[in-house]
Amino acid sequence: MIPSEFEYHKATSIQDAIAQLGAHEDAKLLAGGHSLLPMMKLRFAEPPHLIDINGIEELRGIRLEGDTICIGAMTTENELIHSEILQQHCPLLVEAARLVADPQVRNRGTIGGDVAHGDPGNDHPAVMLALDATFVLHGPGGERQQAANGFFLGTYWNDLQEHEILVELRVPVIKKGVGHGYSKLKRKTGDYAVAGSPVVIELDGEVCRDIRIALTNVAPMAIRAEAAENILRGKVIDDALIEQAAAEVLAACDPAEDLRGDVLYKSHMAAEMARRSIRAALLQARG
Amino acid sequence: MDNTAEVQDREDSLKGVGCSRKRKEDARFVQGTGRYTDDLKLPGMLFADMVRSPYAHARIKSINKEKALALPGVHAVLTAEDLKPLNLHWMPTLAGDVQAVLADEKVHFQYQEVAVVIADDRYIAADAIELVEVEYEELEVLVDAHRAMDDDAPILREDLVGKMDGAHSTRVHNNHIFNWQAGEKEATDRVFEQAEVTVKQDMYYPRVHPCPMETCGCVASFDKINEHLTVHLTSQAPHIVRTVVSMLSGIPESRIRIVSPDIGGGFGNKVGIYPGYVVSIVASIVLGVPVKWVEDRMENISTTAFARDYHMTGEIAADKEGRIKALRVNVLADHGAFDACADPSKFPAGLMHICTGSYDVPVAHLNVDGVYTNKAPGGVAYRCSFRVTEAVYVIERTMDVLAQKLGIDKAEIRRRNFVKVEQFPYKTCLGWELDSGDYHTALEKVLNAVDYDALRKEQQEKRTQGELMGIGLCTFTEIVGAGPSRNCDILGVGMFDSAEIRVHPTGSVMARMGTITQGQGHQTTYAQIIASELGISSDEISIEEGDTDTAPYGLGTYGSRSTPVGGAATAVAARKIRAKAQKIAAHLLEVSENDLEWEVDRFKVKGVPGQEKTMKEVAWAAYNNVPEGMEPGLEAVDYYDPPNFTYPFGIYLCVLDIDKSTGETKVRRFYALDDCGTRINPMIIEGQIHGGLTEGFAVAMGQEMPFDEQGNLLGNTLMDYFVPTFVETPHWETDYTVTPSPHHPLGAKGVAESPHVGSIPCFTSAIVDAFAHLDVTHMDMPHSAYRVWQKVHELGLDKRA
Amino acid sequence: MAKQHVSFKLNGKQVDALVEPRELLVHTIRETLSLTGTHIGCETSHCGACTVDLDGKSVKSCTVLAVQADGSELKTVEGLADAGGLHAVQKAFIEEHGLQCGFCTPGMLIRAYRFLQENPNPTEEEIRWGMSGNLCRCTGYQNIVKAVQTAAKTLQQA
Repeated sequence: MIPSEFEYHKATSIQDAIAQLGAHEDAKLLAGGHSLLPMMKLRFAEPPHLIDINGIEELRGIRLEGDTICIGAMTTENELIHSEILQQHCPLLVEAARLVADPQVRNRGTIGGDVAHGDPGNDHPAVMLALDATFVLHGPGGERQQAANGFFLGTYWNDLQEHEILVELRVPVIKKGVGHGYSKLKRKTGDYAVAGSPVVIELDGEVCRDIRIALTNVAPMAIRAEAAENILRGKVIDDALIEQAAAEVLAACDPAEDLRGDVLYKSHMAAEMARRSIRAALLQARG
Repeated sequence: MDNTAEVQDREDSLKGVGCSRKRKEDARFVQGTGRYTDDLKLPGMLFADMVRSPYAHARIKSINKEKALALPGVHAVLTAEDLKPLNLHWMPTLAGDVQAVLADEKVHFQYQEVAVVIADDRYIAADAIELVEVEYEELEVLVDAHRAMDDDAPILREDLVGKMDGAHSTRVHNNHIFNWQAGEKEATDRVFEQAEVTVKQDMYYPRVHPCPMETCGCVASFDKINEHLTVHLTSQAPHIVRTVVSMLSGIPESRIRIVSPDIGGGFGNKVGIYPGYVVSIVASIVLGVPVKWVEDRMENISTTAFARDYHMTGEIAADKEGRIKALRVNVLADHGAFDACADPSKFPAGLMHICTGSYDVPVAHLNVDGVYTNKAPGGVAYRCSFRVTEAVYVIERTMDVLAQKLGIDKAEIRRRNFVKVEQFPYKTCLGWELDSGDYHTALEKVLNAVDYDALRKEQQEKRTQGELMGIGLCTFTEIVGAGPSRNCDILGVGMFDSAEIRVHPTGSVMARMGTITQGQGHQTTYAQIIASELGISSDEISIEEGDTDTAPYGLGTYGSRSTPVGGAATAVAARKIRAKAQKIAAHLLEVSENDLEWEVDRFKVKGVPGQEKTMKEVAWAAYNNVPEGMEPGLEAVDYYDPPNFTYPFGIYLCVLDIDKSTGETKVRRFYALDDCGTRINPMIIEGQIHGGLTEGFAVAMGQEMPFDEQGNLLGNTLMDYFVPTFVETPHWETDYTVTPSPHHPLGAKGVAESPHVGSIPCFTSAIVDAFAHLDVTHMDMPHSAYRVWQKVHELGLDKRA
Repeated sequence: MAKQHVSFKLNGKQVDALVEPRELLVHTIRETLSLTGTHIGCETSHCGACTVDLDGKSVKSCTVLAVQADGSELKTVEGLADAGGLHAVQKAFIEEHGLQCGFCTPGMLIRAYRFLQENPNPTEEEIRWGMSGNLCRCTGYQNIVKAVQTAAKTLQQA
C-alpha cells in the first residue's frame, strides 16, 4: 500500500495555502492525513499535489469569544478532549472526540479535516449540526461564514468553494437549561460508527424550547432528523414522545448497506442512539 | 541447612520443568532488535509486487507488460508464460492438488496472482503493477458451495476436466474434490432409525483468516557462482519448504538453506507455500540478485490461506436420559479454487473424525465432501490441529441441542456421556485412542468455581424481566501433536520431530530443534526440559531453531505439536546424554553404573555420602577422560515418532449479557480450565491460553470473510476484519487440572490451540443460551452485534410498549 | 519525483535523509535509517505496530509522511533503553509476560512509554482505552495491562 507520486508543498499561512491551491491543479489539503493518506495508499485518491497545512499556527487552538467557542480547523481530536474550555462549555465535543478512532489517530486527526473531508462516517459533521455551528471559510475572494446546517451536501461533497479553506469552527457555549447527549455504536475501537447521534436540547422549564438531533453514517452525509425534532419541540418530553421521535429518526435514515449492517439495522441503531442521546441531553438540561 | 532443602535449592536453581521462567527471547524483542523477514536487507536486493485479479472467475485474454517494463527501476515482469519453460507455472499443494503460481489462462479467485513485478524498491514496484495491462473476459462465478455440484454449475478447474480420479477419492463432479468417510454408516443409520430421540442441527463455520500481526514474506537469494539458494521466509515449517523447493527447482537440498527468522505470529497462516515465495525464488535465480516479497495486509487476508469454511450437519441419536447411542456428521467443505489444505496426506478432512469429542459414543459416521469454489485456496489450521476446531464445534453444538430437546441441563447431559476416568486409554468408535483424561473432576471444579446453580437462578430471574443472559459451556477434547507416522505425513515425510543437544566441556549446552517458535517461547521452555533432564541450569542452555543448515530435520510448529513431539524428542535426546553421562560418572567414581543414582544435577554412589559427580564434572570428563572404548563428546540426537497424539482437554464456561437494543454482547465472565498434562512453564501456558481465548473470541464474535455474488471478498483490511482491541477483549480467568499423558516422556500435552478450539463453541453456546427459552437451538457465527440484533428483531424482543 | 531533504532528531541523534514526498515515515525509519524495531502490520492505521513518538505524541508512522517529520523529534523503541539499562516499560513487559511473538511489542512499548506520561497512575480501564490503538494477536492483552500497571508503579517510585 504505497501512494502514487505527488508534489508536496508546505503552506506557511492561510493566504499561502489558498494561493497554493490556486497555483496547483487538483491539489488536496493535507490536514491530519488519517482519512486522506489511507485513501491515497489504496490509490482511491491520487492527487498530484498535497498542500500541508500542519505548519499554520493560526489554524490551531481553542478560544472563548463571549458566548462563542472558536476552534481552529487544525485542532486535533486530543486537543479537543483536553481543552478546559470545551470540557466546561461544550462537553458534547469532548465526548464525541473521545470516541473518534484511537489515541494515536486522535493525535493527528483534526476537527477541520473531519468536517471538510466529506466521509459520512466522520463524527464531527453531525456534532456540528447538533451544535448549530458556524464555519469560517477563507478563499480567494476573502472570508465568509456558513452555517453547518446546509454545509453538508453529499458524500465527499460540501459547500466549500474552489480553493476555499475551512479555517475555524464556531460553536455556542452550553448554557443553563441546555443539555448535550452523544451516543455512538461501533463494532470496535477504531471503527467508524454503525450509527451515531449527537443531540442538543434547550429547555424552558420542562418544555423543550428547541432541539437538534443529528445523525452520523446513516445517510450520504450527516443529517438532521428534523421530523423527529418537530415532535419534541415545544413539548414536555416524555417516553412516549421519545418513541415517536425515534420512529421519525428511523424514517429519516438512508444508509448504505455494508458489513456494519443493512438498512434496517443501521436505521434502528440510529433511532436507538438518538433515544439514548435525547435522554442524556434531557438529564443534563434539567441540571 | 538440611539435606532436603539443599536438594530443593539445587533443583530450583535449574529453572527446569514446572518453573514460570521468564522468557529468554524477550530481551531482543523489547529493544526492537528482533529480526523478522522484512528487516532483512541484502546488497542489491530487489522488491517483488503482485499484479492481482480484480475478478473471481475470468479468462485472461492478454497481458501487456510494456508500460511496466518501461518504468525506470523495473527489472522484470513475469507471467505464467515466463514460468512455463521452467515448469513452475503450477505447483503441487500439500493436499495432492496443484495450484497456479501465476494465473495460467484463467483466474479462479479475486486477488489471484496474475503477474509479478520486480523493481528496485517497493515504491517503484507498486507503481509498476498499475502499469501492467491485463484484459479479462469475465466468467460465471461460483461462490455458494451448496451449488458447486449442481448440473448447471460453472466448471472451475478446466485443468481437471475428465480427471475423475482425485487425490483422495473418485470425483463425482468437475467441481468435486473428494469424498471422505470415517466410521460405520450402516450401523449408525440403524441406530438412528430405532432411537428414542434424535436431534439434527445444520451449522456453518465461516471462512476466517489467522491474520498474524506480521504478514507473509520472504527474501530469496540465489548465489549463481556456487549455485546455492538461501531463502529467509516466514515459515512455520522451514524444512518442508526446503524439500518442496528442491523438488520444484531441482536444486539439491544440500544447496538450499531455508531460514525462518523471528516470526511475527503464525497461527497456521505460515504453514503453506505461497506463489509469492515461488516467484521470488524464480526471480532471484533469473536475475542473480536477492529478491524480497512481503505481502500487505489486504493480500494477506485475501490470498494466503483461509481457515474453516465448513458447512456441517450434526446429528445425535440418544435415549430419553440423553445417553448418546450414535453420532452422524455430514460436511460440505469449501476449499476454494485449489485444494491447498494443510493436512496430513491421508486425511483430506484433517482430524475431523475426532468429532466424537469427550463422549462415550458407541457408533458414528462422518461424511465429508470437498468442493471447489471461486475463492482463495487454503484450508489451514487456524490455531488448530487440522479441523479439530470444526470437529469440536459440531459435537459441542449438537450436544447442546440434544440437552435442549430433552430439557436436561447442558452440564448434566455431558456428565452422563463423558468418557469415564477408568475407561482411559479410550478407543473412540472413529479410530482414535484418547490417552488420558478426567473430565468429571474438571467439570465439577469449574461448576463450583463459578457457582453454576446460582448463575442459572440469576438467568431465570433475568428471563422473567425480559433480559437476555446466556451461559455457555464447552467440554472439549483436543487432539494435538501430529503425529504418529503411521497416521501422519506431509508430502510423504513422516510427522516426527527432532532435537539435537550438545553439552560443551564446561557444562553449558547448545540445542537445536526441528520446530520453530512464533511466539510460543521455545527458547525458554525447551531449555527447561533439558535443564531438568541434565541438571544444568536452563540459563546455560541455548536453543536454536529455524535454520535448515544447522537444525535437525523437523516438520515445524503448528497444531500444538512442539511440546508433544519436539518436546518429547528433546527429553529423549537429553536422556540419551544422561545415559552416557552415567557411564562416564561410573568410570570416574570407579563403581558400576548400577551403583549410581541420579539426584537433580549429579550422580551419587548409592549409600556412600560424598561420592558424587555433577553433570558439569561429567561434561568435562566427556572430553578428556571417558571409559575405554567410548567415543568422547557428550551429545545426542533424537528423531521422535510419537506413538500416539496427545489429547488435552478443557472445561470452559462463559457468562454474557446481550443488549437487546443494539445486539451488543458483554462477556461478563469467562472461566477456562485446561488440562494439558505436565506443565512445563505455567507462565507461558497461561499466556498461550489468554491469546487463544482472545482469538476464539474474535472468531466467534466477529471474524468472517464474506463474498458477494461476484466473488468479491468484502472486508479485507483491519477496518473490517475483526481483531479485537484492549477494549473489546474480555478478562480471562484460568484454571487447570493435571492428567499426564501416559505415553509422552514428560507426561505433557500440547496446549496453545485448546483455548481457541474450546472457546469458540463456548461463545456460541452462551449466545444461543440467551435465547434458548425462546426455542432457539443454534445461531451461526459470527455473533456480531448486527447478527445478534437480527435474531432479537426476528423474535420481536426489541418491541417497545 | 525529486527527493527532498529532511532532518530530524531520532532517539536523541540528529539524522538526515533524502526522501520522496510520498515516502511514509515508517519506511524512512526502517529502510533508510535501518532502525527495524518499528514494524508494519496493517498499513491502514489500525494496528499500531508502527507507533513512534513524534514531538511527544504517539503517532502511527505508516500514516505520516517522512517530509512531515522534518524538524521534529522522534523516539522509537530503540531509544527507550539508556545507559542505565532497559526502561521500566521494557522490564515490565518481560516481567509480566506481556509479549509473545514480539511483533506488536515495539509499538506497544513506545505507546505505553508515552501513555504513562499522559496518565502516570491509570486504572485498568484507562490502560485499556489508552492502549486501544495497538493490536496484539498473541497475548489477549491481559498481561500487557499488567505490564503497564507494573511499569506505572516502578516509574512512580522512581
